[in-house]
Amino acid sequence: MKSLRKYLDTVKPQFMKGGRFGKLHSTFDAFETFLFVPDKVTFKGSHIRDSIDLKRTMSTVIVALLPALLFGIYNVGYQHFISYGQNPGFWHIVGYGLGKVLPLIVVSYGVGLGIEFIFAQYRGHEVNEGYLVTGMLIPLILPPDIPLWIVALSVAFAVIFGKEVFGGTGMNVLNPALLARGFLFFAYPAVMTGDKVWIAGKADAFSGETVLGHAMIGNTDQINDPMGMFIGLEPGSIGETSVVAILIGAVILLFTGIASWRIMLATILGTTALGLLVNAIGANEYMKLPFYYHYLMGGFAFGLVFMATDPVTSAQTNRGKWIYGFLLGALIIIIRVFNPAYPEGVMLAILLMNVFAPLIDHYVVQANIHRRLRRAMAAQAPFLNR
Amino acid sequence: MPQTIRIRKGLNINLSGEASKTISERAIDYYALKPTDFRGINPKLDVQEGDKVRAGSILFHDKNSERLLFTSPVSGSVAQIIRGEKRVIQEICIQRDARMEFEDFGKADPAALTRDEIVDRLTRSGIWPVIRQRPYSVIANPSHTPKSIFISCFDSAPLAPDPVFILKELQTECNVGLSALAKLTGGRINLCMKQGSGQALEFAPDPKVAVHYFSGPHPSGNVGVQIHHLDPINKGETVWYIHIQDLALIGRLFLTGHYDATRIIALTGSEIIHPQYFRVHRGARISEILEDNVKPGNVRYISGNVLTGTRTARNGYLGFYDHQITVIPEGNHFEFLGWAKPGFGKFSFSRTFFSWFRPFRQYRLDTNLHGGTRAYVMTGQYEKVFPMNIYPLQLIKAILIKDIDLMENLGIYEVDEEDFALCEFIDTSKTEIQSIIREGLDLMRQEMN
Repeated sequence: MKSLRKYLDTVKPQFMKGGRFGKLHSTFDAFETFLFVPDKVTFKGSHIRDSIDLKRTMSTVIVALLPALLFGIYNVGYQHFISYGQNPGFWHIVGYGLGKVLPLIVVSYGVGLGIEFIFAQYRGHEVNEGYLVTGMLIPLILPPDIPLWIVALSVAFAVIFGKEVFGGTGMNVLNPALLARGFLFFAYPAVMTGDKVWIAGKADAFSGETVLGHAMIGNTDQINDPMGMFIGLEPGSIGETSVVAILIGAVILLFTGIASWRIMLATILGTTALGLLVNAIGANEYMKLPFYYHYLMGGFAFGLVFMATDPVTSAQTNRGKWIYGFLLGALIIIIRVFNPAYPEGVMLAILLMNVFAPLIDHYVVQANIHRRLRRAMAAQAPFLNR
Repeated sequence: MPQTIRIRKGLNINLSGEASKTISERAIDYYALKPTDFRGINPKLDVQEGDKVRAGSILFHDKNSERLLFTSPVSGSVAQIIRGEKRVIQEICIQRDARMEFEDFGKADPAALTRDEIVDRLTRSGIWPVIRQRPYSVIANPSHTPKSIFISCFDSAPLAPDPVFILKELQTECNVGLSALAKLTGGRINLCMKQGSGQALEFAPDPKVAVHYFSGPHPSGNVGVQIHHLDPINKGETVWYIHIQDLALIGRLFLTGHYDATRIIALTGSEIIHPQYFRVHRGARISEILEDNVKPGNVRYISGNVLTGTRTARNGYLGFYDHQITVIPEGNHFEFLGWAKPGFGKFSFSRTFFSWFRPFRQYRLDTNLHGGTRAYVMTGQYEKVFPMNIYPLQLIKAILIKDIDLMENLGIYEVDEEDFALCEFIDTSKTEIQSIIREGLDLMRQEMN
């Protein structure tokens, strides 16, 4: 490692301001800090600092995503072969899945990071680690057979118009990964909806309808049993089908303290409340579906654990997180059950709540301000009466 | 039995190098008073190099307020006056005489004096600057009357000196100090003690003095947190606060008539061979306290604790308000893929490193920043170590955009930079939060005056 460090130290001056490659400073810095935690020491304020940085935070999220990713790779292969009624063995299944999923990941990271580097360079900033997570999230919420050029286009749209125009990582209003999916959903509905797209290379005769698709048209008897949905060997977006794999990720995120338990809990409460209400009305087959099925169907678990808890686009105050989560949970049921156009409500519900999050925070902060002003008035009152 | 206030949010950083409970005496030759220790004053010198001074002789005063006098902690001669950029006075160094001589301010029983007489003695002797005020954490204005006075009888910062141990011998002096302070406020004097440590300070019952108990992690010992929970500051109000050892200093003034700047300090940190307590005078030279008690290597000397202290040179001086010297290793080294390692020995408030396996481990932390500065991405993390009903991130952002009204509404009068030290410590984005808060406070003070 010493020789690598030495090499970096020799070439570093060329990448500094005024050097031969001075314009590539951000790029060099990104690679250097990837390889070595910098030697920077505290200058002002606290002399010691926590070992955590944004790289550690983001890589922990990646680790939390791994179970869903690995399961997704297997499931893509499994669904393909099952549509032909074959079982070629574990490694063939994984091999097929890898062949479908890896290109998506490569395109997502390639295009997204490319744009991030260019913008960081242009602004003279350090490259932010935020896209490391986004770049992994995007493939996991896509159907396996989606054309790569469409993925590239949606990534570019999401990163440029979702993030960079607002000032980059930390400034965006909408979750960039969901924005990419939302873009595809409305711009290329043919590759994102229906019963054809959820199984890679599906045999024509085989029904590839998702659980939500069945529920939508009232075929509740076609829905997998809860245990089956919990394990997740069913058609769907790559990373979203297995609730158990996502739960492992949720445990990692909650234990390390990176994701907000408030949002997760509040969302489940919101879904439960509206789910029970809908059950009580029970006007059609979908409304009669037990409320807890909603935790297991579609992208609920994935959206809850990895998207709703995005610290940038969710509510930022603790009280706001409760409100945000509860409304999000309620909205998911409303879109799923009452909207005839879209079987899945998680993506749209989160995007909508992303937009409302700053408003929620505003009122939460205002309440704090009013409380302080009231206290000041009360303190002055005895003097005013004199 | 007074009620205990339980602080739930916060963090104790378990560092190695805690001072053993022995007090050593050390004769120190050089002392300094640093005008830079005092926020918002404009120093005007009253001595020249070579002048003879006694303990309590004026060294300089504040140009804006003639009553703010700053006096020598020891008797001797002015050895050197160090100026920085634009001839700003940095340090006034005193070389101590063999025999201590004191200016005489007259013995008196504070209970028999008027408020003006007490203020007069405190200001003339140069002791007044130990009394500070919130908001802004500046020296209290002698012509104001605070709504209450707070004294934190414990320090919860990492490796901080244990006041119960120090206070044993200061009981009488503290009691006299209390009766002097009682004349200064119309409200109460609040003594905040740590629950479970017993009553750190025995004192004569006085209707003006109230005792409160606090429990929980750092920053439960921060006076700002205590004020927030007991008597929060509204716009236009001031609260004064004073360190417990300075209470004894005031007591000594009335008991002896002298400015006797003796104080007990803790020498701490992982790079100290024998961490222990020392009895020195205010402003003592750090190198003389350290002698050869420091492990070899590239180290940082801090006057104060690791979270809020001031970086000094080895031959620098103890800060006016500091009761602790901490020596920790410098962290100017690269670490290959450091962010990706399991991190069994890396301290973190989060559980992203595997050090959570061993919660009671003592750490030898260095000054490395552990990452680059980034935009604010994580939310809800500061709240975990900030036990006040104030939104820290929103206040920081209000300061960054210099929105005076918003800062005021979000509670800037109640906070000081030290209250944000833990936020800065755990910050994933590695921003300098304490500096930001200080900028906000300075801006606020300019606007209000």
